[in-house]
This record gives sequence, structure tokens and C-alpha cells, in this order.
Amino acid sequence: MSLLIYGTISSIVLALYAAGFSLTYGISGLANFAHGALYILSGFIAWSLLNQVELPYFLSAILSIVISGFIGFAIYWGLLLRVRGIPLAELVVTFAAGVAILELLMWKGFYGIQYSLPLFVEGGVEIGNVAVDYQRLFVIGTGVVLVVLLYLFVHHTKIGLAFRGMAQNERTALSVGIESDWVGSLSLALGSALAGVAAIVILPMGLMESAIGYEVLIYALAVAIVGGLESTPGIIVASFILGFGQVATAKFLSAKWMVIVPLVAIIFVLVVRPSGLFGKYKELEERI
Amino acid sequence: MAEVGARYRKKRLDRGIKARADTLFAIASYKEMLYLLLPRALPVIALLILPIILTGYWGKVLTYACMFGLLALSWDFLASCGLFSLGQALFFGLGAYVAGTLSYYLHWTPILTMPVAILGGGLLSALLLSPVLRLRGVYFAMVTLMLPLLFMKMIETTGLLGGTHGLSALAPFPNDWVARYLAVGAFIIVLFIFRRVISEDYGLVLKAIRDDDRAVMSAAINIYWRKTQALFVAGAVGAFAGAFMTHHYQFVGMTVFALDYSILPLAASALGGPGTFAGPALGSMILVPLSEALRALGGLRIALYCFILIVSVIALPEGVFHYIERKYHQFERLVRVG
Repeated sequence: MSLLIYGTISSIVLALYAAGFSLTYGISGLANFAHGALYILSGFIAWSLLNQVELPYFLSAILSIVISGFIGFAIYWGLLLRVRGIPLAELVVTFAAGVAILELLMWKGFYGIQYSLPLFVEGGVEIGNVAVDYQRLFVIGTGVVLVVLLYLFVHHTKIGLAFRGMAQNERTALSVGIESDWVGSLSLALGSALAGVAAIVILPMGLMESAIGYEVLIYALAVAIVGGLESTPGIIVASFILGFGQVATAKFLSAKWMVIVPLVAIIFVLVVRPSGLFGKYKELEERI
Repeated sequence: MAEVGARYRKKRLDRGIKARADTLFAIASYKEMLYLLLPRALPVIALLILPIILTGYWGKVLTYACMFGLLALSWDFLASCGLFSLGQALFFGLGAYVAGTLSYYLHWTPILTMPVAILGGGLLSALLLSPVLRLRGVYFAMVTLMLPLLFMKMIETTGLLGGTHGLSALAPFPNDWVARYLAVGAFIIVLFIFRRVISEDYGLVLKAIRDDDRAVMSAAINIYWRKTQALFVAGAVGAFAGAFMTHHYQFVGMTVFALDYSILPLAASALGGPGTFAGPALGSMILVPLSEALRALGGLRIALYCFILIVSVIALPEGVFHYIERKYHQFERLVRVG
């Protein structure tokens, strides 16, 4: 029972990590390697707003999500515009921007026990005979709500439809009047805001420090590779595989072997199905 | 907006010595021979003399610069066949740990551990990364970024191979001179071999794989095998740097998988000008001493590399080396328009 509950929680945590990264990549082909940095940065912004500006918690949470969206938007227009269309240069620029953000935060002395976000609601419940606190239940709730909202967004709003158009074929999308830079920057903003959402719900469960930024990026990449880079069902399935794999390893083997799971999963998937479990969309383009 | 017509334009002329192609020259005098020889010979002579002049701290810096230079060269070799690595630390760390393990547990001397580490590091990198070779695009970069970080976590949590304490008290090099000239010598040799190989048939195939892999396949060349070979070569060069540093410090710890070893070679290549080998070498000779001079900044240095990286990718994509080369080979003057 505890395997089931904690497996689900860690799977949804992984899915939240990967959602923003995968969404941006799926829409505009931008691999946003600053994802982990934006995650930690929005946690830091929320913390500063809460403790230094002394705004109420929910307001600072929402503001930090909005700000991290804007940062993504600014990264696109400030840095990526000049190198758009050269995938490797895009990747270097986002990666360097991300590492720069993380190292600057580290340099400012941004680690330690005082930097942690408070829980939304204290306490917990027992399901079966497993104690689960409310924050973890809240993570599950956010994950589910987010998937539903994203589905509605990309299927029933104009911008969402433009996103899907871009994802399917950029040139055709251009020819029907969807401006690719605009949609690209919005997709990066949305991806960054999703990183912010993930940070706000997940960070209260543990410490906040720059090193987590790298971890988030690694797990986001692992989920994206296993599931197929741009596929939404892929992310969900892959995060469940990795999440349950990790929890099961921790339970039956030992917690120290948890790191092996993503490593083995990636190598296995790359050998068996190089484009990821659900990545048939771009299989022809990517596979040589 | 009013249009402003340009009054002057810049006119560029190749020097008369160049005949037909970039690599063919018509030489008529000793002066012209010197013109061609100096830029090639001077850096080599400088590198051979510097270990004698620089002792103490800056001598160490020169050794680091050569090691980071080797990592940058190995990055450029991979990049010239279209494999874009974000994790040179993987090669570095594999070599370092192979040498460290052999030296710590089996008490081998550096004369034995170095070759084994070079071959073993190359083989391990080729094996680990070969599944990714079937995909183009960002996958290679993603996987190379993840692997060293995952290895670092793995060593940290499982406590294998010394865990967080690392393996210490390893066998050093016989003396300091051997170490210095080994570093400089390896750097020069790899630089010249790579520059030669990439313009031979073998290198042309690699570059063709970068430009159009399907065309190379249709010429009945097995591109996976070629890419695996390139990985082995790049991995072996990176592993040499790692093994060298292991014996130089007489210590190997999980920091060998740290991000510094991935970012600095990348920044050096981007700054120096990728695709030329001389560019990354030049870049690391600029960046490493610079970063040592800025040691007081501490953790901010990595942020600085990132800044240099972004600026050189966005503003100076050709790199410093191409720029210097162009200035050296061409006359430039302003001429009046119209």
C-alpha cells in the first residue's frame, strides 16, 4: 500500500518536473536547459516575496509563477532570438543561462535551513495504514488538475490551437498567420511558468538549494527521453515507470540505488526504442 | 526613416601568397615562408619553453590549461562529426576513476595506469554513449549532460570507489618535470594529430556525417561505426586528461564529474572558434589563466564562463581564432562607394 501511494506521489512529482520542459520542446523544438534553474529561481522568488516583501503566501506563490513565466519570455526575446533555428546554439544558450542563474544563487549564499517554503496546510491523513501529509496529497491534486487544464487549454483556446499548429508543422503554421517567434516565446513562458508551479507545490516538502536545480533538470530530461521528447502520454507513462521504479528500488533494495533507475531506464529505452516509448511523432526525423 | 547611404565600404583582399585554395600557397621567398611558418611554430616553441620559465603556481596553471585544452580538443573532435557534448566531465571522470582505482586497489604505477585508463576510458565512453548515436538532434547533448551528474550522485549515495571521500595517496609522477612535459607534449601532439586527421579522408567522412548523415550512409559507409570510433578517440583524449590529473593531485574524488569540466571546455571552444582545433586550444589558453586570476570570485567563476559562452555564441559565433586568421591572411581597407 505504501508502495502504491508513495510511488504515485513521486511519479507525479517527476511528471511535474518534466511537464514544462516537454511542453516547450513539443511546441517549438526548444530544449530549455534552464528548466531546473527556473524551478529553483521561482522558489527563491516566492521565498523573497514571502519573507522580505512580506506578502501573503498565496499571493507570493502566484506572483513567483508569473515572474518565472516572464523570465522565460525574456530569455526568448533577449537571448534566443539571435540563434533561433540552430538547435545546438539554442541549447548552449539556455544551458549556460541556467547554470549562470544557479551559480549566482549559490554564490549569494542561497542554501541552508532558513530557505524553505512553509507547507500550505499542516498535518496529514492515514490512507489504509500509511501516513500521508496534506502537502503530498496537494501535489497529486495539482498534477491531475494541471493535466486537465493543459488539455483544455491546447484543445479549446486560440493560443493553444496555435501551439499545436506550431508543434505539427512550423511552416504551415506560418502560412496561416501564426507568428512563430510569438508562439515560441509564449511556449517558453508557459514552460517556465510550469516549472514555477512545480516549484511552488513541491519545494515545501524539502529544502531549497541550487543543487536541486540540476537534479530537476536531470529528472526532467530522463522522463522526457524515456517517454519520447514531445509526447504528453509519454511523460505521464515515463514518470510512472521511473517513479514506481525508484520507490520500489528504495523499498526492496536500498535507497542508495535509487539513482540507478533513471540511468538504466534511459539506456534501456535508447537501445530498444530510441525515440522514447511514445515518441513516434518525430521518429522519422530523429532516427538515423 | 531616412535612408543613409554608406560612404565607405570595407574591401578585403587575400594576400598574394595564397594560390587556388585555402591550404595551397605559392611561396617565393624566405619572408613568405616565415609568414606561413611563424603562426604554426611560435605557439609550439612557446609551449615548450613556458614550463621552464613558469615555475610554482603559474606552472601549475599551465598544466591545467593543457588539460582543459585536451578536453576542449576532444569536444571539438566530437563536434566535427556532429556529436555535441555537454558532458566532457564524463570522459574526464571515467579516465580519472579508472586510473585512480588501478592505482589505489592494485598499486600500479602511473606508467601502467595511464595507458589502461586511456584505452579503458575511451572504451567505456564509447560503450555508454553508443545507444544515443542512433538519434540526431539534442539527445546526445541531453544524455552526455546527465551521465556525469548521475555518476556523481551514484558515487555519493552508494559509497562505491571511495564514495564522498575519494581515493587518496595515489602514486605520483616520478618528478615535476615529467608531469609538466607530459601535459604540454600531449596537448601539442593531440592538437597536431587532430588538425591533420580532420583534413584527411578519415576526417572528411566525419565532417560529412555532421553535414549530411544520409548522404554518407548512401555511400555505403557505416556511420554508427565511424561515430563510435570518434567517441572512442574523444573519450580516450578526455580520459588521458582525467588520468593525468588523478596522478598529478594523487587524489580522485567525485568532483571529477563536476560541471566545471563540462562547461569550461565548451566555453573555450565557443570562444576560440569551433571546428578548427586551434580555436579551442587558444580558447582554453585564454580562459584557464583568466579563471585562475579570478579565483577570488569563487563560485562566481562558473557564472562568468556561462556569460562568456552566451556572448560568444550570440555575438561572435565564428570565434576568436577565425577572426585572427582572417585578419592575418587578408588586407583590409576602406574604399569610397560610388
